[in-house]
Amino acid sequence: MIGLSHYLTVAAILFTIGVLGIFLNRRNIILMLMAIELILLAVNINLVAFSAYLGDVTGQVFAMFVLTVAAAEAAIGLAILVIFFRRRGSIAVDDADRMRG
Amino acid sequence: MHPILLIVFLPLVAAIFAGLGGRVIGKTASKVITTGALMVGALLSWPIFFAYLGGSAQAEVVPVLKFIQSGALDVDWALRVDALTAVMLVVVTTVSSLVHLYSWGYMEEDPSQPRFFAYLSLFSFAMLMLVTADSLVQMFFGWEGVGLASYLLIGFWYHKPSANVAALKAFVVNRVGDFGFSLGIFGTFLVFGTVSIPAILEAAPGMSGSTIGFAGLRVDTMTLLCLLLFVGAMGKSAQLGLHTWLPDAMEGPTPVSALIHAATMVTAGVFMVCRLSPMFEVSPDALTVVTYVGAATAIFAATVAVVQTDIKRVIAYSTCSQLGYMFFAAGSGAYGAAMFHLFTHAFFKALLFLGAGSVIHSMHHEQDMRHYGALRKEIPYTFWAMVAGTLAITGVGIFGIGFAGYFSKDAILESAFASGTVAGNLSFWIGAFAALLTSFYSWRLIFLTFFGKARWAGSEHVQHAVHHVHEEAGEIADDSDSSHDHPVKVHEGTAGYHPHESPWTILVPLALLALGAIFSGLAFHEAFVGAEAGAHFWHGSIAFDAHLAHAMHEVPLWVKYTPLAVMLVGLALAYRNYMAKPGAPAAFVAMFPHLHRFLMHKWYFDEFYDWLFVRPSFAIGRIFWKRGDEQTIDRFGPHGAAVAVGIGNKVTTRLQSGYVYSYALVMLLGLIAATSWVFWWAS
Repeated sequence: MIGLSHYLTVAAILFTIGVLGIFLNRRNIILMLMAIELILLAVNINLVAFSAYLGDVTGQVFAMFVLTVAAAEAAIGLAILVIFFRRRGSIAVDDADRMRG
Repeated sequence: MHPILLIVFLPLVAAIFAGLGGRVIGKTASKVITTGALMVGALLSWPIFFAYLGGSAQAEVVPVLKFIQSGALDVDWALRVDALTAVMLVVVTTVSSLVHLYSWGYMEEDPSQPRFFAYLSLFSFAMLMLVTADSLVQMFFGWEGVGLASYLLIGFWYHKPSANVAALKAFVVNRVGDFGFSLGIFGTFLVFGTVSIPAILEAAPGMSGSTIGFAGLRVDTMTLLCLLLFVGAMGKSAQLGLHTWLPDAMEGPTPVSALIHAATMVTAGVFMVCRLSPMFEVSPDALTVVTYVGAATAIFAATVAVVQTDIKRVIAYSTCSQLGYMFFAAGSGAYGAAMFHLFTHAFFKALLFLGAGSVIHSMHHEQDMRHYGALRKEIPYTFWAMVAGTLAITGVGIFGIGFAGYFSKDAILESAFASGTVAGNLSFWIGAFAALLTSFYSWRLIFLTFFGKARWAGSEHVQHAVHHVHEEAGEIADDSDSSHDHPVKVHEGTAGYHPHESPWTILVPLALLALGAIFSGLAFHEAFVGAEAGAHFWHGSIAFDAHLAHAMHEVPLWVKYTPLAVMLVGLALAYRNYMAKPGAPAAFVAMFPHLHRFLMHKWYFDEFYDWLFVRPSFAIGRIFWKRGDEQTIDRFGPHGAAVAVGIGNKVTTRLQSGYVYSYALVMLLGLIAATSWVFWWAS
């Protein structure tokens, strides 16, 4: 029987992979965006799991919101990425340091 | 309305109009208003003076306003008019109005004339406030007012650094004297419970013999008070020790020197001693000090005047010396003689200064007498005016007829001798020697300026005036003057320059003052220093000593003729050295180089003060600045804070790597910390 703890474990694994994807990934920013998507997905799984567990539909409504926001974020992120590549000719994470103090 | 109100306050009104509205009403209107105010004052003052001279007037006090009421201290603005005030009124308003008129011509090319005339009128107001003061506080108000006006006028040409320095020096040195004066006022209030001058003078004899604690010592009350007040007088009247500002004050325009630094302000100290003479009479010790200080100043300034080459500085030291005469006369108890000399001196010294100004004007602002010579024919009116002034200051006269200085200086010397004290006797001899020097340097001035050969070619000012460098003046003349520390090139020749006689606005004041220099002694000596007439005239406004006035006339014959004799000796010496044998001064200098250097450095007073006060002040200032401010307050205060911010800045800057993942790491760490806190500590 697959219970709440399994869902939470999967979500935690996905979240950790997402976080590590952000830190360990030095290659390009697309991977970073994908890692953020992973984190959001992990959150979504948590929301839906708790919603089902508690019998409260609010969590699933929130999951829909998060999906919408994630889609918008991905669109904007990719758009920025395109502009960034045009200007800098690279999407390597280590090249994106214009905000260095 | 009492005329004294007009006399005192018209100059103030005029000064406000000219000073604040000068740009609006223009320079001509400013000049008319200020000069008019002083002329009205002069016209109103002379009748007051003559009323006292005729014996028909009584002393009176005209109240104006309440000033200070605080506990036991009750001070009013009130104008006191008596014989002493009347004398000063005449001196101040007459000389001031003539100087105003003179300045029309002298300051003609100056761009800021309204300011100049406003300052002059402001000065006149403050001086009139001083001489009409009924309380010490009001006198102090006028005292500071004239000090302020003097500062403003010395520094009138504020674009000249030397003028600014001289103005500051005058202000600071006067501050030393004023400190003594204010201590004197405080002490007087402490002892008598009032600052009203008549009340103080009435109560003063009762304080004889009492003592007071001062600086940990028990001292005689009246001696202490008189000496403190006298310190104020020394500062204002440039007596030995506090004299250093007066010669430097010559940086101001010449009319200012004539009005403030010869005729009026510098005599304020003498006036104060005479006004408070019943108080000084109670303390013979204080009078002895006054006598010695006066005599020392007389001889000191006269010796220095002998070697000066700047025409204005000669007259400035001469003023200092004459003020010394007035003080030792007052110290000997001859207040009438002191005031008499103040009165005559105002005319002939203002005349000499204005005459010198006329010479400077015609020589295109050249002030060095080494570049004068042979001006007699070129500017005859100025020449005769200067001669009249010189005859007056050297005291030419015999058998009861003579120029102004003949009466007043003889009166001083005779009464010093007749006073019978050691100090009086000593100051008679010192005064006689100073009179010899007076005669010498005064005639030296005349001979160097108006006689001999023209030496204009060496003057940069004259060369500037003729617009080309003079070519014929090849030969460098011998040092015909004793006063060369660093010999200047003295070119004989005119450099093609033609001195021009000054306009009538300059010559009319000269003529009127010359009348004063010639006749003021003859006309008024009975009233000022005569035994019966003097007592009648002064009428208690000063501590007039009729016995001394009697004794003055009964001194031995040789005492009477000593001033005349030394005058002739001085004239003969000056004639020999500067007319007959022009090489003599240089030979004299070669013979006594140390004496010459001593005099050239003005007895090393400035150097001494530099060593004693200026350098230590700078050293203390440097310690406070470097050690106290920079190394302590700044280091741990503002500067320390700035450095700390800088270091913090560097650390945080390094945190801003610009990489997104490091920001994310920080966010994650923050998240972990926050959750840990919620889980383990908060619950």
